[in-house]
Amino acid sequence: MSQIRNTWRLLPVYIFLYTPMAALVAFSFNNSKFSTAWKGFTWQWYARLASNTQLMDAAINSLTIAILSATIATVLGVLLAVALFRYRFCGRRAVQAGLFVVMMSPDIVLGISLLLLFVLMGIRPGFLPLLTAHTTFCLPFVVATVYSRLKGFDPHVIEAAEDLGASEYQAFKNVILPMIMPAVAAGWLLSFTLSMDDVIISFFMTGPDYEVLPLQIYSMVKMGVKPDVNALSTIMIGVTVCLVFVSQLLMRKTK
Amino acid sequence: MNMHNRFRFLSISGAILWLSVFGLFPGLLMMGTSFLARHEAHLVDFRFSLEGYRTIIDPAFLKILWNSLYLAAGTTLLCLLAAYPFAYTLARMETRWKKVLLMLVMIPFWTNSLVRTYALVFMLKTRGIVSTILVWLGITAKPVSFMYTEAAVFIGLTYTLLPFMILPLYSAVEKIDGKMIEAARDLGAGSWRTFFHVTLPLTMPGIVAGCMMVFLPALGMFFVPDMLGGGKHLLVGNFIKNQFLVARDWPTGAAAGVVLTLLMLALIYVHGVSKGRLNKAGKKKS
Repeated sequence: MSQIRNTWRLLPVYIFLYTPMAALVAFSFNNSKFSTAWKGFTWQWYARLASNTQLMDAAINSLTIAILSATIATVLGVLLAVALFRYRFCGRRAVQAGLFVVMMSPDIVLGISLLLLFVLMGIRPGFLPLLTAHTTFCLPFVVATVYSRLKGFDPHVIEAAEDLGASEYQAFKNVILPMIMPAVAAGWLLSFTLSMDDVIISFFMTGPDYEVLPLQIYSMVKMGVKPDVNALSTIMIGVTVCLVFVSQLLMRKTK
Repeated sequence: MNMHNRFRFLSISGAILWLSVFGLFPGLLMMGTSFLARHEAHLVDFRFSLEGYRTIIDPAFLKILWNSLYLAAGTTLLCLLAAYPFAYTLARMETRWKKVLLMLVMIPFWTNSLVRTYALVFMLKTRGIVSTILVWLGITAKPVSFMYTEAAVFIGLTYTLLPFMILPLYSAVEKIDGKMIEAARDLGAGSWRTFFHVTLPLTMPGIVAGCMMVFLPALGMFFVPDMLGGGKHLLVGNFIKNQFLVARDWPTGAAAGVVLTLLMLALIYVHGVSKGRLNKAGKKKS
């Protein structure tokens, strides 16, 4: 009985979180360009979205950046997490502190400092700055995800492998990696999502020749509601729901 | 170097290299730029100058900084007040729906914040959902718009950042040993006393972590005031963005970035202290 009462107590927050998103999803099917009144169901905004090459290109660019940066961040992050877990090297504390600072840094600070770096290096905004910036801000999250998984298992297993003659690389590949695989996958998914979510850092990294989705949306909606953006946003919310679901399944396997 | 060490060497040095080039070095560049002078044509003039800092102690910037701190602090407080009871109730529930309920918090957490801010426009604009409900209830006679007000910026920041407060609080509450609360109750403490002397101190690191995750982004999320505040009610983020892209005064923008970084380091310090205190207290007891 009290469980039901507790669920009721949670309700206001869920209403607050979901009503705007539900409204957005609903209006993406509304057969009216400007009105918020319901004028009947339509797929036309989705059809129009499919023919909007600018948005479609930006979507493909965003996916490319998200997949590549998540992959690089995962490779680097897994190696770093394992190194932090197994080895006591000089600068270990500094690396941990650095990761924490990058994780907590306001996006705007990361954005302008990376902008300065690329201006100094003479690299024009676009693909490469986006890729490196996204990899950088994803890296600490991968390390944190994998490291917390590593802390959960018995270090004797690695020692046993080494006593049996495995090299450090073999121990990593055959013993550690299979054990942390769910965390590796979760770290990749988290990075992918972080990359797709980012607005502020990308803002300083994109140029006219390489646009990404959030910024394309940003420049379109500054002037008010756009029905094809509604359709696109609905798809993005749908993708997020699927990703959260998959990551929850992965986390369940971790335990 | 033998095979044995190469893997170790490569994995450590690769990561350190990446962090130094794309983490540490850009930070130093920002600090360096803040001490340079402005140059009309070349963005910066390579001579030492405090112009950047002189511009940000100008009343015009201080007003933006003050307004931004006020909006960020208000948002943090709103998030904390809404999230604490929520996270507490959710973490202490024992039902098989708990995982689903938690997942329903993860979805907004993972959804693009720009898309979520955009979704708020449907609620707040004239003849939007809120306005329609108010008219229907008879509270207002005519449709009202909430857009471009300070309240809209507050709602926008709270809406985008609330999940960032809920999740750290949830994991802090979940870690509490239920026996601690039972013990306090058995020893005769009332619910308020139990809360202030047991629950609150134990969840303090979660509170500080949540506040950091809300407060720091709230200073920088320039697109929220852009979309909902109509360019009034500016944040430090808007100021920095304008210095870099519109006013082209990079030293001043960098100086404002340094101010934000110092603020972050101070908060990290507070977080470390609150965590350290809890660990120390825990060790003393056991």
